[in-house]
Amino acid sequence: MSKVRVLVGTRKGAFILAGDGARKNWEVSGPHFAGWEIYHMKGSSVDPNRIYASQTSGWFGQVIQRSDDGGKTWFQPGTPPGESTTGPGGMPKGESNKFVYDSSAETGKPLTTHLWYDGTQHPWEFKRVWHLEPSHTDPNTVYAGVEDAALFQSVDGGTTWHELAALRGHGTGPKWQPGAGGMCLHTVLIDKKNPNRIYIAISAAGAFRTDDGGKSWKPINRGLHSPYIPDPNAEVGHCVHHVALHPSRPNVLFMQKHWDVMRSDNAGDQWQEVSGNLPTDFGFVIDVHAHDPETIYVVPIKSDGEHYPLDGKLRVYRSKSGGNEWQELSKGLPEKNCYVNVLRDAMAVDNLDSCGVYFGTTGGQVYCSPDSGDSWTPVVRDLPAVLSVEVQTLP
Amino acid sequence: MIRVVLPPHLRTLSRAGGEVQLEIVGPVTQRSVLDALEARYPMLRGTIRDHVSLQRRPFLRFFACAEDWSNEPQDAPYPAAIASGEEPLLIVGAIAGG
Repeated sequence: MSKVRVLVGTRKGAFILAGDGARKNWEVSGPHFAGWEIYHMKGSSVDPNRIYASQTSGWFGQVIQRSDDGGKTWFQPGTPPGESTTGPGGMPKGESNKFVYDSSAETGKPLTTHLWYDGTQHPWEFKRVWHLEPSHTDPNTVYAGVEDAALFQSVDGGTTWHELAALRGHGTGPKWQPGAGGMCLHTVLIDKKNPNRIYIAISAAGAFRTDDGGKSWKPINRGLHSPYIPDPNAEVGHCVHHVALHPSRPNVLFMQKHWDVMRSDNAGDQWQEVSGNLPTDFGFVIDVHAHDPETIYVVPIKSDGEHYPLDGKLRVYRSKSGGNEWQELSKGLPEKNCYVNVLRDAMAVDNLDSCGVYFGTTGGQVYCSPDSGDSWTPVVRDLPAVLSVEVQTLP
Repeated sequence: MIRVVLPPHLRTLSRAGGEVQLEIVGPVTQRSVLDALEARYPMLRGTIRDHVSLQRRPFLRFFACAEDWSNEPQDAPYPAAIASGEEPLLIVGAIAGG
């Protein structure tokens, strides 16, 4: 019988929630990397036992961890070629922590500054990895979306990283500026049918697409309207919070923007608003049902100044029509006094016959719905603030 | 042999004990100590100083003989008590955040 493995990144460590096919019985392991911020963990679809984790700290910087046994044990993959895989005492080495922006002449346009809060140009400074996206075809190939915004790739299992510099260098980079959470590249979506097509999103620059594996990029923000920026319809500068797609329809994108829920039916070339009857269209997460590409989920948040649910009631909203018509989902969710947030990478779906939907909160709860959102149960209630949730469906 | 005390998170990461002993050839400075530390514990590369610029990470500080040496030049010799191992060099995480 199939089962699920939920990978939860929190402010103070990683947790792995192992559930049965009914998603009723759970075993919790962790904290892994106790005390460190785990921005994201994600498993390879090619080799589910291969999991990558972004371990980070404002004090100590970035560490990449890898597991080859489904999260039971972890190691840092970075070891210079030709050297022993461990140092004295059996410790692994640390080259995999190294993220250096590419400023070489070969990449065409070495870029050194972006727009700062005061309108001046500011140096690009690496801070952390927000999102790790394994390839759909090779467990050793993985992409990292980082702050300050850039996309890195590893083709050796996370051992070494190199920047796909054409993204920052395509022309609009000097106009990008940080959102309140920093200038992060938080979304990486790879077209399963065409690995050369990759979508990424940056706060607060917008969404971008490559059709040639990262050699060239274009902004895909037409139709976005952001009244809080100098030019509400600008080519870049929009605060995109998250983007999702269904693997079977990679040209159809759904976006939770700072305000507004948006949809594109042509790979991002044009967007239209589908907020419809949502009580508020501010939020962070958005995801798509595993088996119905027109069924999508958001968690409405009151406003950009008040990052919690309306009226203290935690609600998921589901649209079965790809947006515009939304249904409130409340069964099993807090009815009062709930003032948590749900951050942008903290929702996921499994692939079981009855699609499971998961999300984590800044209050440390991870909720599971085994019935596509009709009802919800907390798997855990008291973790540190949840930064990210991913789920693996296992045989 | 000099002695270095790591902050708790880096002890976990490196799987080193509370105090690390290092053999330094030549002057005992911030640069030579960190070179030796990272050679022995490569997973610490990038966690104390930047991989490329070798600048100290902002929220880490170095204390030698009860003095803050964080902003001293990287090649400034540490006090004799550090160089002899009589006193440990303390690498301390700033008290900030949660």
